[in-house]
Amino acid sequence: MIAEAGLAALWLAAGLAAYQLLLMVLTLRHEIDAGRTMRAVAVAQGALALIAFWALLLAFALSDMSVKLVFENSNSAKPFIYKVAGTWGNHEGSMLMWVTILAVAGAFVALFSRRTGERTLVAALGSQSVLALGFYAFLLIASNPFARLSPAPPDGLGLNPLLQDPGLAFHPPTLYLGYVGLSVAFSLAVGALLTDEVDSRLARAMRPWVLAAWVLLTLGITAGSYWAYYDLGWGGYWFWDPVENASLMPWLAATALLHSLNVLAARGALKAWTMMLVVIAFSMSMVGTFLVRSGILTSVHAFAIDPERGTFLLALLAIYVGAAFTLFAVRGASLKEGSPFELVSRETGLVINNLLLSVILGIVFLGTLYPLFVEALSGEKLSVGASYFNAVAGPLALLLAVLVGIGPLLSWRQERRPIWGRLKLPALLAASALAMTIILAPDIHILPRLGFTVAAFLATASILPLVGRNPLRIPLATWGMVVAHFGIAVALAGMAANAAFTVERLAIAKPGDILGVGPWLVQLEGVTPAAGKNFTALEAELKATRGEAAITLNPQTHYYSDPPTETNESAIRTFWNGQLYTVLGRADSSGGWQLRLWWKPFVTLIWGGGALIAIGGALALAGRTFRRRRRSERDWRERYR
Amino acid sequence: MSRGLRMIPIVLLLWLVFGLAWKLIRPADPAIPSQLVEREVPDFALQAAATGALGLRSTDLAGGKPKLLNIFASWCVPCTAEAPVLGELRRRGVTIDAIAVRDTPDALGVFLARNGNPYERIGADPRSEAQIALGSSGVPETFVIDGKGIIRRQYIGALNPSNIPGVLRELEQAR
Repeated sequence: MIAEAGLAALWLAAGLAAYQLLLMVLTLRHEIDAGRTMRAVAVAQGALALIAFWALLLAFALSDMSVKLVFENSNSAKPFIYKVAGTWGNHEGSMLMWVTILAVAGAFVALFSRRTGERTLVAALGSQSVLALGFYAFLLIASNPFARLSPAPPDGLGLNPLLQDPGLAFHPPTLYLGYVGLSVAFSLAVGALLTDEVDSRLARAMRPWVLAAWVLLTLGITAGSYWAYYDLGWGGYWFWDPVENASLMPWLAATALLHSLNVLAARGALKAWTMMLVVIAFSMSMVGTFLVRSGILTSVHAFAIDPERGTFLLALLAIYVGAAFTLFAVRGASLKEGSPFELVSRETGLVINNLLLSVILGIVFLGTLYPLFVEALSGEKLSVGASYFNAVAGPLALLLAVLVGIGPLLSWRQERRPIWGRLKLPALLAASALAMTIILAPDIHILPRLGFTVAAFLATASILPLVGRNPLRIPLATWGMVVAHFGIAVALAGMAANAAFTVERLAIAKPGDILGVGPWLVQLEGVTPAAGKNFTALEAELKATRGEAAITLNPQTHYYSDPPTETNESAIRTFWNGQLYTVLGRADSSGGWQLRLWWKPFVTLIWGGGALIAIGGALALAGRTFRRRRRSERDWRERYR
Repeated sequence: MSRGLRMIPIVLLLWLVFGLAWKLIRPADPAIPSQLVEREVPDFALQAAATGALGLRSTDLAGGKPKLLNIFASWCVPCTAEAPVLGELRRRGVTIDAIAVRDTPDALGVFLARNGNPYERIGADPRSEAQIALGSSGVPETFVIDGKGIIRRQYIGALNPSNIPGVLRELEQAR
């Protein structure tokens, strides 16, 4: 019964989305006043989509094997949390989740958005419903998540063990929420282009959505990076894998958008550019989903491959983005640019920020798709590795990080005071950091050396906007900016330390052997079998010491039966100054075991920095929302006096 | 912004979509061509793989005469299917050397007795080292090698009768 109720809710939601489209066309054509109806329908659509998703969630939680999707992706022996996470660990479920979040976001816009004109809101909700319609159509026509099996099989096939990790429970939903946040910004932009109301009010309406999306994308990328780091057992935090790039590209576009929105909101300038960025940010999130789902590029995320769904996503991408770009080409002429600004001003700083981010985005985009281009043109196969991305994007990212320190010190329109005086302290600290790396670590590569220098500069410069002000009177949004920019410096320092000082040891060890890695001596005590809830395991016992009391680490190899797979579970110990990372490999014929050991000084700063960036975004979001609440209360009071 | 400028994103999008669609529609080809095509054969010296056969050194492939180098194994089913094609090439006067991958002399003897022996030399590659050095990723594969030991062409997968004229032409051109 539950599955049928879910299917019915899905059909009804699709019907309401079609009705929203009709309302939008009528409003734009005949100037009718459909605001109230539109808001109500949007809320109803969100509720129905939520019911459908809830139904699928229940089917998974209760292990209802008569539902085909549950049978194919779940198993009654799985821990409960992975049963629930299995809901979105497959194609149909993840698409249903996509569209549910989309519809619920539409409902939120309908309930809370009071900033744009009513016609723009109707057009935006209409656009949002068109986005949803595509996914409804696919779910209902081509891949029904609620399809039944008769007779019901006794038990399910299971979930890929790599995905049986707490990370999975949160990683995809976080990224999807981020993507959908960008889709709301996209709908608002399309709505405003349709009604010719691209102005600073639109920017303020879009800003919370973009901020929220950006915070979630930052969290998603940071968590995904840590997941790959400890779960894949490769010991790296970023591999420039196509799917990692697919999540980085929307983030880069959203970061640029976040900053250009500030120019549009404060000064009414950069209209055309901001509108284009919105479309690019949204299309990057669709390209990201497409790359993950289609399996068009070889990647560690190959578990999600399905060419048929790829074709469908590509068609949606072409239609949505094509339509938005066409609209932009037609309406762009009527976009009047706002107030002019001088060469040295915060606007210029933000323009440079946007340019650099766009170039980095272009570099990542080219590098990710270059193998496809080459194969299309010459039939040759190649892959683009980390060396290209690091060499080309690295220096630009460092330059950007320097400017991140300077930009916030400039004032709007024209900077009249010389800024170099205020930058003396950061410059001094950067110079001493550079000198220290040259004296203490003369042999490291130039990029990490510059990384330390820039990190020292940015860490100091990012705090300057707070200096000389009463901390209680500084707006939350400014605190957010400072924390996020400081987080960049922290992450940068972690990356530089990881690149410069990581020590790796790969060896075959017999029980009793002692291996050295960095300051550590690691002894293999033995390897013993162990059992888990749905796997069997081999567990190594390692005693590690660096002069103090020894610590024990237990890296494992897991063997799953449903489906038969083997995974390496690393054992990691975190210290204030780094992480000791150990992996147990295979046995060799002479009774030895492959051991992989890393000492990674200060590597945790990378994710700590990522978390700080996200916290900064969240602070800014809270600041903007509370201020908005206060202001809209005042507006209401004035209106009803 | 002028209209021409504003059309650029649409053009780029069309490009991207058509490129991706092309890639999606085309059947996936998992074969990875060797990076050594148009380069010299890497150095190796292999023992004879079967009783009574001759071993194979990379210098044997630079003897002044174009040859085929066949990578095969007795445990490989497509190699059995390929055997008549190699036999036909041998009858037409083509010299064929071979590398037997991860094989045993006994199993190889049975294979050659059953499917014929078109080979002049058969080197044993028990750990796939020569195969990997050649940039070959599976069996069977066939390299066209000119008289100076330069790889001219790589065939991935079994040769079939329709390949014969092409192989003969390439050997002629490699002279």
